[in-house]
Amino acid sequence: MTKLKHAIKSFGHARMIILIFLVVLLLIAPVFGVSRVTSLNDMLTRFAMNAVLVLSMVPMIQSGCGLNFGVPLGLVSGLLAEAIIWEYDIPGAKGFILAMLLGAAIGALMGMFYGFILNRIRGDEMVIATYVGYAIIYFMNMMWLTLPFQNPSSVQGYAGEGLRVTISLDNHWLHVFDDWPGEPGKGVVLTIHEFLNGEWIPQELKIPVGTLLLFALLALLMWLFFRSKTGTAMTAVGSNPTYAMAGGVSIKKMRMASVVLSTSLAAVGMIIYGQSYGFAQFYTAPQFFTFPTVAAILLGGASLNKASIPNVILGTFLFQGVLTLTPSVINSAIQLDMSEVLRMIITNGLIIIALTRKGEKDAK
Amino acid sequence: MALLEARNVGKDFSGNVVLKDISFSLEAGKVLGLCGENGAGKSTLMNIIFGMPVIHETGGYEGEIVIDGEVVHFKNTSDALEAGIGMVHQEFSLIPGFTAAENVMINREPTKSNVISQITRQKKLEHVDTKAMLDSSQESVDKLEIELDARTLVGELPVGYKQFLEIAREINKENVKLLILDEPTAVLTESEAELLLTAMRKLSAEGISIIFISHRLREVMDVCDQIVVMRDGLIVADKAKKDITIPEIATLMTGRNVDMEVQSDAEVEAYMPKGDVILEIKDLFVDMPGEAIDGVDLTVHEGEIFGIAGLAGQGKLGIPNGIMGIYPTLGKIIFQGKEVPLNNPKAAQEMGISFVSEDRRGVGLLLDEPISWNICFNAMQIQDVGLKKFLFFKIRDEKKMTEISQRYIDELKIKCTGPDQLVRNLSGGNQQKVCLAKAFCMHPKLLLVSEPTRGIDVGAKELVLEALKKYNRDNGTTIIIVSSELEELRSIAGRIAVVDEGEIAAVLPATESSAKFGLLMSGEKLEESAS
Repeated sequence: MTKLKHAIKSFGHARMIILIFLVVLLLIAPVFGVSRVTSLNDMLTRFAMNAVLVLSMVPMIQSGCGLNFGVPLGLVSGLLAEAIIWEYDIPGAKGFILAMLLGAAIGALMGMFYGFILNRIRGDEMVIATYVGYAIIYFMNMMWLTLPFQNPSSVQGYAGEGLRVTISLDNHWLHVFDDWPGEPGKGVVLTIHEFLNGEWIPQELKIPVGTLLLFALLALLMWLFFRSKTGTAMTAVGSNPTYAMAGGVSIKKMRMASVVLSTSLAAVGMIIYGQSYGFAQFYTAPQFFTFPTVAAILLGGASLNKASIPNVILGTFLFQGVLTLTPSVINSAIQLDMSEVLRMIITNGLIIIALTRKGEKDAK
Repeated sequence: MALLEARNVGKDFSGNVVLKDISFSLEAGKVLGLCGENGAGKSTLMNIIFGMPVIHETGGYEGEIVIDGEVVHFKNTSDALEAGIGMVHQEFSLIPGFTAAENVMINREPTKSNVISQITRQKKLEHVDTKAMLDSSQESVDKLEIELDARTLVGELPVGYKQFLEIAREINKENVKLLILDEPTAVLTESEAELLLTAMRKLSAEGISIIFISHRLREVMDVCDQIVVMRDGLIVADKAKKDITIPEIATLMTGRNVDMEVQSDAEVEAYMPKGDVILEIKDLFVDMPGEAIDGVDLTVHEGEIFGIAGLAGQGKLGIPNGIMGIYPTLGKIIFQGKEVPLNNPKAAQEMGISFVSEDRRGVGLLLDEPISWNICFNAMQIQDVGLKKFLFFKIRDEKKMTEISQRYIDELKIKCTGPDQLVRNLSGGNQQKVCLAKAFCMHPKLLLVSEPTRGIDVGAKELVLEALKKYNRDNGTTIIIVSSELEELRSIAGRIAVVDEGEIAAVLPATESSAKFGLLMSGEKLEESAS
């Protein structure tokens, strides 16, 4: 019994509750005519879509810059890279990979600017980051309208200038990685027969192999980086800046490096998200990623200055699980749209818990 | 009848006894001088008298405090204030953006009634009577015989005046009977200190008793009627001024600790300078808050153990922190014939200088990381220890790190579950050993050790000191050790420099008498007190 208690404690109460919640939802899904296979399918897709974005939180947390509420800087970098590649009409996997590289580069520049700001306000990173994040979205909204994009499939139909609100990726690189190595447009699909509403129905479970592998590669690189000398120094800066300084590590450089890394990776994450989602929403999308991404890594067990790859995987899976399962199951069960409310409670609740814990630590 | 009487007061912090059987009494209108080294228990005793909540929270105290013939039990400082006790702490508690008058009268402002307060009958809504406030505070300031306009903003005042203002605030309270001044002259210049002493005499003539804590023994002798000397939580002397001399106080303060053996002459000889000069410091200035150094020259020879002594706040800690470049530094540091770049911890370590910081938890350790990280981190960053090649770059070699750490864990007898244990969960003594291991791991040519035994128990103390001696013997490493405990330094070092007010007062062999060290630490010139 004490062993079980210990296991639960080390796993974390919040995660335990959400995991149980998820399992219960999955168990009762068929009762309300919701397919478990379809639910799993949605969870997998959304996991692959979001995992890299959540991974981008790790460097800044590890270096003590806190939760990256300035993630929109990376997101707009990714969108900008997409728009530029589309301008030259490079389609398919080639365009996608080029866009990621370009996005990482733009993200790095953006990260330097952002890191410069964060290095001047040590201690209040998260507040300032939130403002910087919002500011960049509106600044880029002006840019989307004024930058000289010309490709007719990108610009607004009547005016002939300014990017469209929503651009479909159908003609670009929709699902190129999601479908790989399966047939383009179809992907790797397992057919599972499920007993639903009194009969056996074949259900399709699509596995986004390419996107998952891409995430695995990036996560492996991140893991290796944090085992390098620089990565070790970065972790030490997050753990105790004075210690690192006395050890001959430049705190500013490490923080800068972590911000550049986070922002670059967020740009890549945005492009991967688009590839899976099928649309790029230039004006509105960047606002809606910050809190869910932050909440996901917290749910995975990260604290304000410690985050690991398992935190990323677990957090993304649990958070996206709640997001996909609650609308289908709960809405079918009580005929009431509870999912948005639940999502708000979980997202904001987790962030509040994390921030108050920091307060407790500081008070000591 | 005595104004204040302490009867068999004792106090322990979770088993660690800091005060034992303290009894003394103080007459009204007298000045009591309280002397003792850092950690002798002076502050704890004052905290008890002033009812600081920290005492109550840690389980109260033994014995009785009697004021005006009545046994009192202060739970917090407001109780003490009510009973007429005022205290001026070492750190200022003034609001820089307020005027002197506002600071003096804070929360006791005289008020005038107005229409709203009359209608609502709320005293809180009356407005502040600025003129009365100014007059009253000016009166208190004038009592101290300093020239200060009560309308001045506190932020614009020089440090010395702030100290006076703190006292003015305390004496402005109507019923004040006893004033506790904790090191009030530490921040004052000599002439300001003189003014303060005059003010103290005047206050005592008015019937206010004063407890005066100072490490400047001459001041204590100047102003006090009665002198109490504390050491290791005990009162070792309680005498009238005429019955005691400054050298006697100094000896009593530093007096020999039973558990520390001072080395024999032969042992001291072993740690005396023999080799070439390894470190030369010229005109060093270090801006370390509370431990500033103003122009220090020092020469340390290869292979010696060199001690640096001094009271808290005099700047002894500034020297190693300055050499390592942790605090802003000016001057010239020459190590093995080469100049050490200032304000650059990395360069200093690359040249073979290592540092064990006095701020163990703040600077010395990564509390939330395993022991192996803590031991290997600096060596990894500076000398690439504990890394292995992986493809085209290098990553941590966890196995190697564990191996290195295990070696030091065995060597220094660090009590832990293994190299993977988080440092936060170790005891103070074992944490200190991890700090030493971190420095040893760099194989330094010069090792700076700052307060290695602060806050650790006696057994661990001996182990730590022994480890340092052994390291010096086995590797011929030069060690500079800074400590507030003189006896500890005398048990390990050959030569000892005494730091006073940011400067080196003298460099003496460890065999010199306690009294001589004590006098130097108290800011006395040796020639003057030779009699």
